[in-house]
Amino acid sequence: MKWEVVIGLEVHVQLNTVSKIFSGASTAFGAEPNTQASLVELALPGVLPVLNKAVVEKAIRLGLALDATINQKNVFARKNYFYPDLPKGYQISQMELPIVEHGKLNILVGDEEKSIRVTRAHMEEDAGKSLHEDFHGMTGIDLNRAGTPLLEVVSEPDMRSAEEAVAYAKALHTLVTWLGICDGNMQEGSFRVDANVSVRPFGQAEFGTRREVKNLNSFRFLEQAIKYETQWQIETIEDGGKVQQATVLFDPDSGETRMMRSKEDAHDYRYFPDPDLLPVRISNEQIARVRSEMPELPAQMKARFVDAFGVTPYDAAVLTGSRALATYFESVATASGQGKLAANWLGGDVAARLNREGKDIAELPINAERLSGLLVRIADGTLSNKLAKQVFDAMWDSELSADVIIERDGLKQVSDVGAIEKMVEEVLAANPKAVEEFRAGKEKALNALAGQVMKASKGKANPAQVQEILKQKLA
Amino acid sequence: MIHATLKQLSQQLADKQVSAVELATGYLQRIDALNPQLNAFITVDRDKTLLEAAAADARRAAGLAGVLTGVPIAHKDIFCQQGWKTSCGSKMLDNFVSPYDAHVIEQCQAAGLVTLGRTNMDEFAMGSSNENSYYGAVRNPWDLAAIPGGSSGGSAAAVAARLAPAATATDTGGSIRQPASHCGVTGIKPTYGVVSRFGMVAYASSLDQGGVMAQTAEDCALMLSVIAGFDERDSTSLERAREDYSRDLAQPLAGLRVGLPREYFADGLAADVGRIIDNAVSELKKLGAEVVEVSLPNTRLSIPAYYVIAPAEASANLSRFDGVRYGHRASEYKDLVDMYEKSRAEGFGSEVKRRIMVGTYVLSHGYYDAYYIKAQKIRRLIADDFKAAFAGCDVILGPVAPTAAFNLGEKSGDPVQMYLSDIYTLSVNLAGLPAMSVPAGFSDNGRPVGLQIIGNYFAEAKMLNVAHQFQQVTDWHGKAPAL
Amino acid sequence: MSLSHQDVARIARLSRIAVTDAEIDAVSRQLNGILGLIEQMQAVDTDGIEPMAHPQDVSLRLREDVVTEPSRREACQAVAPQVENGLFLVPKVIE
Repeated sequence: MKWEVVIGLEVHVQLNTVSKIFSGASTAFGAEPNTQASLVELALPGVLPVLNKAVVEKAIRLGLALDATINQKNVFARKNYFYPDLPKGYQISQMELPIVEHGKLNILVGDEEKSIRVTRAHMEEDAGKSLHEDFHGMTGIDLNRAGTPLLEVVSEPDMRSAEEAVAYAKALHTLVTWLGICDGNMQEGSFRVDANVSVRPFGQAEFGTRREVKNLNSFRFLEQAIKYETQWQIETIEDGGKVQQATVLFDPDSGETRMMRSKEDAHDYRYFPDPDLLPVRISNEQIARVRSEMPELPAQMKARFVDAFGVTPYDAAVLTGSRALATYFESVATASGQGKLAANWLGGDVAARLNREGKDIAELPINAERLSGLLVRIADGTLSNKLAKQVFDAMWDSELSADVIIERDGLKQVSDVGAIEKMVEEVLAANPKAVEEFRAGKEKALNALAGQVMKASKGKANPAQVQEILKQKLA
Repeated sequence: MIHATLKQLSQQLADKQVSAVELATGYLQRIDALNPQLNAFITVDRDKTLLEAAAADARRAAGLAGVLTGVPIAHKDIFCQQGWKTSCGSKMLDNFVSPYDAHVIEQCQAAGLVTLGRTNMDEFAMGSSNENSYYGAVRNPWDLAAIPGGSSGGSAAAVAARLAPAATATDTGGSIRQPASHCGVTGIKPTYGVVSRFGMVAYASSLDQGGVMAQTAEDCALMLSVIAGFDERDSTSLERAREDYSRDLAQPLAGLRVGLPREYFADGLAADVGRIIDNAVSELKKLGAEVVEVSLPNTRLSIPAYYVIAPAEASANLSRFDGVRYGHRASEYKDLVDMYEKSRAEGFGSEVKRRIMVGTYVLSHGYYDAYYIKAQKIRRLIADDFKAAFAGCDVILGPVAPTAAFNLGEKSGDPVQMYLSDIYTLSVNLAGLPAMSVPAGFSDNGRPVGLQIIGNYFAEAKMLNVAHQFQQVTDWHGKAPAL
Repeated sequence: MSLSHQDVARIARLSRIAVTDAEIDAVSRQLNGILGLIEQMQAVDTDGIEPMAHPQDVSLRLREDVVTEPSRREACQAVAPQVENGLFLVPKVIE
């Protein structure tokens, strides 16, 4: 039987505020245990929550970027369960009236664009951490993370493959970092994904029973977990079994998922409106102000790059993979007038070198002005691609401009016909065997001869001219 | 000195007839002598009190004193106070010394009021008799066989027995008014949101409100002016300008429209209490008040609605008491869940456990709409009843409780009977209105009975005006039990 | 409706309050008494009534995003049942 997988994602986006969602305690990562747990996070008797304005505004930002409805009245609720890293015994979250509803996010898988519906995004507080290292067989509780603001972004079950799920997660990751509402650091848990996975026979309208894979903190794990889970569910059904609703954990070491709790012991969260907090009301003016402060969104920028710089939709999508990259590209393309060349370089040599050095676009040692200087020299024929790479490497390790390096190292491409003819003649004279082979119909010999000419010119001869003159002389 | 009002003590301090240390010492002696039989205080700390008193004297000497600087008062053991055990009447918090001050405490400290000690209460403010305290029941100073009322029974008994000239208290369903009535003191619960709940251990967040008890309405006005006020740490604290609640005390009552809700004088009201309220109304008429009949038709429903909403909120509010970060932890347990269950079973008394379980049940899957949402709809009906009633009157008068104080042990075995005695007080909390209890006479068996004055939102000064004028022509508030 | 012992045990579990076999009879009786009182609400028609969550119809006030709370770990952990290296200790959490 042919099976179809159905995936919906719930993503916990940690908002990059300086203080917590309900108190003035710091959100900085990595402090000594419990030094950033104020009276509120410790849930001392008598303490009360006061909502951080930045959390609301960041949520509005995301809502607008997702083309969603901003609920101008939204309400906090208590989600009740006992856990040692949840000091109040309830999490302050939103249930019936979340701040954001009915959004959408477009993703690109291969060449195909698809729109994924975003059901809702709601504000809530993060929990603390349980440390299971051995404290005489006990667990240590650190509440520094407790009260860190989160947006839980919930999608509709609109994805039909692990690749689509990853594309959606990446697009959302790009968006939240683009908007400047999340640092996007997945290792530190700033962007955590839960995947609801079910399978059904292809063509069947009803959904199968889903299992929720919790807390995936990398795109690779997300993909692995969905693929494993899909396969497991299909095999379970094909072996005559039934998938039971459950929450599972993904083990990156084994690449497998394992049961955390079944539906039977699912929590009864007893949600009710938090009486310590009044309804959040958002004015039209506040929405308009947040909108006016928003950067151009990746989708709009992508369309503009195709239009203005003639890059392919695929390249435009890659270039708008982060706001830093997009901004950099736009500066280079505008200054050099070489959109396509800029796209090729950023996707090629620049990306490769960054990758090799484990660096991010923000850490690129060559600023947009210098890179555009290099591209101008490629475009006007001063540099061959090969020489350009040499100049690029020299620029990486210095503060110098392309022109200064070209001048200093004498790297100008030789396009002088007389000079090239002279070198060609010398090479032909020195390689009679190759000349003979070429004339006998061995096309490859031409490349060997061209290589000799390039070598003689120390790589500076214009390769196209070398080919052309060689052919003339051998004709 | 011991029968002096706050107002008089303030004058004596200003006139240097007495020092704060002398006043504190005098009250501490009386507490030492009488608290063993009354059990009104959970904690008394002579050294801390005298230190505060000495600081107040220094402030006076430096010319930095406010009206109440150096006056000693007692605090209900529900307000977190740095360095003091804040037990909330519970074994759960028997070992909890607060690392911070509630807003109410900060305000009192800023005014220079001296802490005499921490008063006994029903555990986590749940109760109408003060029999639910881990520290034992409080006795009614008028009759040691009687309950003092609850949950602020310790505060009421302390003021009645003149162990303190005033005390802070809280009211979630009548916890200021009912013990004030049963102990013959004046108590006020302001409009919800007027006194910050920051640092007040939460029972039912949408109903809890801090207030005060004293001998007179005039003293209540002085105290309320100290503790009321906006506090940014409480999201439900209302941003309003500070008020002088004494400003209207002297206003004449001529033309005042007094509403009598017919449902408050129906079946269930003891005859002696009814007579006392009638007499009080007559006194007010003599002062020029006009009486109009009003109706609060959903009064009866306040009991079920309250006993859904309050336990629901409490069930979540009390989840933080889990033996992890503070409070009682069971000494033996086999795993985490066992630790939670044992710590909470041992740390909470039976009434608290009952209300937590009721709250858990009404919020649980499948029952939320039938109970919680239903109760909130009834809450709206009750608030609307008051709105309609206040269209025709300035204040509403009635009894605080159906009977005078009952005997210790009389209702403690039957929670439902206990709950029914809250009939006249719960609606006010559900609506969020201000209300008072003012001493108005004595029952057939010689126990005090209070008159309830209910005001419209933010009408505290008006209520205090009515109470003060009443106290100008009556002397029930001046009577003290023989001890 | 009336709660069975099994219902009461479930509620007690959700509430994380141990109720012993010796207590469950009395606890069930009292809870059922209270629920009987609460049931009186069902006689009232509340169709179309907006639930009232709060006494005042006001909106939530928001605070500026600034750090105002210094670490008070020592003072706060002075009242903790069990602490080590700044961590609150609890029986091993298994999940």
